[in-house]
Amino acid sequence: MMRTAGVIAALAFAALAPARAQDVAPDVLVKSVTLEVVGLIAKDKEIRGGNRAKLIGLINEKVLPHFNFTSMAALAMGQNWNKATPEQKKRITEEFKTLLVRTYASALAAYSDQKLDFRPLRAKPSDTDVTVNVRVIQQGAQPVPIDYSMEKTAAGWKVYDVMVGGVSLVANYRTEFNQMVRESGIEGLIKNLAAKNRALEGADKR
Amino acid sequence: MIGALHRILALLAAAALGGCATVADPDPRDPLEGMNRGVYRFNDKVDTWVARPVATAYRDYVPGEIRDRVRNFFANIADPMIGVNNVLQGKFEDGFFDLVRFGFNSTFGLLGLHDIASDMGYEKHNEDFGQTFGRWGAGPGPYLVLPFLGSSDLRDGLALPLDYYFDPLGELRPYHLQYGLWGTRVVALRADLLDASRILEEAALDRYIFQRDAYLQRRRSLIYDGQAPREREPESRVNPAPAPDVGNISPGGPS
Repeated sequence: MMRTAGVIAALAFAALAPARAQDVAPDVLVKSVTLEVVGLIAKDKEIRGGNRAKLIGLINEKVLPHFNFTSMAALAMGQNWNKATPEQKKRITEEFKTLLVRTYASALAAYSDQKLDFRPLRAKPSDTDVTVNVRVIQQGAQPVPIDYSMEKTAAGWKVYDVMVGGVSLVANYRTEFNQMVRESGIEGLIKNLAAKNRALEGADKR
Repeated sequence: MIGALHRILALLAAAALGGCATVADPDPRDPLEGMNRGVYRFNDKVDTWVARPVATAYRDYVPGEIRDRVRNFFANIADPMIGVNNVLQGKFEDGFFDLVRFGFNSTFGLLGLHDIASDMGYEKHNEDFGQTFGRWGAGPGPYLVLPFLGSSDLRDGLALPLDYYFDPLGELRPYHLQYGLWGTRVVALRADLLDASRILEEAALDRYIFQRDAYLQRRRSLIYDGQAPREREPESRVNPAPAPDVGNISPGGPS
């Protein structure tokens, strides 16, 4: 009896956790995560001194859970996604994730306390696919818009594309991925991504 | 000087010809890929050996405070023509505020060294003749890589001489002052792009393609002032049937 109650309680909590994550509005989520990460970097001498591994660790912990990398990989692959086996899909997603996290780390490392303008969300409460706008304000230049495309999932809002200055990251990979699949198949693309990631890792250690 | 120019042109021609044969299946947006890749390689060499080292030195040795003033100064002298282009595109209010920016920054902002207009809430815009033509309905045409200048397309390449013709530095005399300011402007511009170009290098599997697609996306977004209709391709989730492989061109309309 006691044990059953315990299981029910555990299940209830397990069900509660995602429900609470789901309650957080997408624009609130983007703002709180961004401010938290920027704040942590500002306080961390090692990261500001160029410790890339530590920065990537921070991103993995704080930012990664809010991205849907399978969606991103699927969108970047376009029609080729359905030609991949489930195992290939997993590997593509994993390699793509590594590459994107590294790119994100480079972008964050280049950030130097410009003002951030979090725009109010323009969406209906019933929407399940929204764009959250943030703008980076800098003197003597047009503000740079960063748009997060987000979809509602059972585990809360997840980012499936980031547009910087009107350039969609996912769309920008599509031609490259397409061409590589055409030239050397899906295995070739995975090999290429993996080689790119390893080369970048090697460059970090040097 | 003439000799050097000839050598550069010969190099470019060789690069272009050398590249011509390599592309078997070009992207419909980039029919001149072979030639473009040749020019791209040439530009890359110029950048690696001249532009990037000079820009890096500028960033490392000139204090940030001074670099801000330099950026603001060149941003300010560009505002009147940005205003003209906004007016040509029918955006009279934006155009008016570009002139307001120029007025405030040139006077209270001490010849544009301080961008006080931005602090007052008058945001800077990004306009040029290429965008104006795009707004009037001109498509991008084939993608082009211009020697020294880099990514462009037929529409923007044809519009570029207008931007240069109306550039305020063009009337500046004596010439050595004009060339000096142009040099500073180019170095400062490249310095501001150092981080972006490094990120591009890291992110791309094929830098040429990555940069081309980013340019085309960016220009499309600028023409629509950031409000471009979405070009999402959800076919991988919604429609699993294999469609003909044509890439993502959007026929018609400014894109």
